[in-house]
Amino acid sequence: MDYSQFLAMKQEICLLVVFLLVFLNDTFLPRRSQDSLGWITCVLFALFTAFGFCPHVWNTSDAVFAGMYVSTPAVATIKNILNVGVLIVLIQSLKWANSEVQLVRRGEFYELVLITLLGMYFMVSARHFLLFFIGLETASLPLAALVAFDKHRYESTEAAVKYVLTAVFSSAIFLMGISLVYGISGSLYFSQIGVAVDITSGTGLIALVIALGFVMAGIGFKLSLVPFHLWTADVYQGAPTSVTSYLSVISKGSAAFAFLVILWQVFGAVYPEAWGWMLYALIILTITVGNLFAIRQKNLKRFLAFSSVSQAGYIMLGIMAYPHTIGIASLMFYILVYIFSNLAAFGVIGAIENNTGKVWMQDYNGLYKTNPRLAFTMMLAMFSLAGIPPFAGFFSKFFIFTGALSVGTTAIYVLVLIALINTIVSLYYYLLVVKAMFISEEPSTIATFRSAFSERLALWVCVAGIIGLGIVSFFYDSIIAVA
Amino acid sequence: MIYYLVPALIMFCCGVYGFVTRKNMIAMLISLELMLNAVDINFVVFNRYLYPQAMEGMMFTLFAIAIAAAETAVAIAIIINAYRSIKNVDVTDFNKMKE
Repeated sequence: MDYSQFLAMKQEICLLVVFLLVFLNDTFLPRRSQDSLGWITCVLFALFTAFGFCPHVWNTSDAVFAGMYVSTPAVATIKNILNVGVLIVLIQSLKWANSEVQLVRRGEFYELVLITLLGMYFMVSARHFLLFFIGLETASLPLAALVAFDKHRYESTEAAVKYVLTAVFSSAIFLMGISLVYGISGSLYFSQIGVAVDITSGTGLIALVIALGFVMAGIGFKLSLVPFHLWTADVYQGAPTSVTSYLSVISKGSAAFAFLVILWQVFGAVYPEAWGWMLYALIILTITVGNLFAIRQKNLKRFLAFSSVSQAGYIMLGIMAYPHTIGIASLMFYILVYIFSNLAAFGVIGAIENNTGKVWMQDYNGLYKTNPRLAFTMMLAMFSLAGIPPFAGFFSKFFIFTGALSVGTTAIYVLVLIALINTIVSLYYYLLVVKAMFISEEPSTIATFRSAFSERLALWVCVAGIIGLGIVSFFYDSIIAVA
Repeated sequence: MIYYLVPALIMFCCGVYGFVTRKNMIAMLISLELMLNAVDINFVVFNRYLYPQAMEGMMFTLFAIAIAAAETAVAIAIIINAYRSIKNVDVTDFNKMKE
């Protein structure tokens, strides 16, 4: 066996090294020096993130394990994007993880986050359903443990119960889909399934559509697409805020990319007959229902849950446009921008929750008078999520719509029109938050406080991202260069 | 082959039905196991009858069994934790979070 092929997996191996270092540190270091564990993790992970950006010479031998695993420029880029997001989440969660309640188990938080990320790496790199499934489960099982992390808080337990049962249920549905695909085509390699399926016969097509329905339902649960989104709100509300932010951006981003790879690489040949219309309906439902439910929410974490449901619908537009380069590029750019905007929003919510314990919309009335900087950051995040120029959210929406329009059929025009109308609806509820913070006359119930250095650092990075990503064209150019 | 696939399908549907209707979390978990095992049977049967030249389906089944065990372990741990918090394993009692 040629061991040099492992070099193609350098990001996975380095992540494993980071994980092991954190794990050994957590297990064997004396108790008094453990206060630095969080910062050690952040520094190690920052080094690792920087390492991911090192130039790499691409060659054909980057498919390893007989083609089960591949590493391409696009895959490496999505991994880097996820790394940046995880780094921000880790910095944001420092204060929460160092709090008195979490003291005995904070090491586990970092370890579970890192191992979940490893699972997502395998998800986006897999070109065989076995490796994909292992990656999916490595990503979703530790997440269940993370959701249950606040062991003594009732909401966390309720969220974990709902998450783990739906996660296993969706895995079972997904596996059923794969088993049917295997029965139809006789292979589990992405590249061979599409070739082996004969859709000219009626029964072959029906069997394939059923199998695809199962597969899409299974991944739809992970991505919380409507009608598979019912767990989202409760889990997001109940989980610790750091875990919610992780769940909403990193988990969703990797699943969206993997979804694109599966739909196009495996089933690309049968796009119009088998799944184009399914995805079309899913996108319309997801964007619209997510928006309509978000309007009614009074709890900010629940509100962001429904906002993230509708954002997932926009991300799916990139899948529609995949045959053109701009499709995958706009999808990755959307994920990147979404990571920064959503993490800014969750950073503010987390900071306020850590200091005052308040998460309801009416608590934010008049926040500007007591905590102007947090209010301002929240405003930027809401503007970016809603897509107001000149912030990054506008450009990500612009590119994703352009990508979808480049397909050029009438159906796509209608789809983009519906998405645009929904953008206007979403403006309403994002601005509700801004209105509460800036315009509301009621005296603020949140006293002025100074957030911890780690929280401020993470928020500064997010703000820089929200402003910089849209204006500096370098980011989008470099993404489209690898797409 | 059909003599194996139809029972597997029935098992899967029973699992879905049980998951939707049962209120006890342990019973829901058992239903989930039923679904996962039905999928395993599917894989093995397809492998044995349609594509006997390679072992892909069998291998997948082995991995799927191991992962299903891990899933059950995590789910049971969470259910035990839930039982400690409200002294009950009925899902209908876990609905305090809506506004």
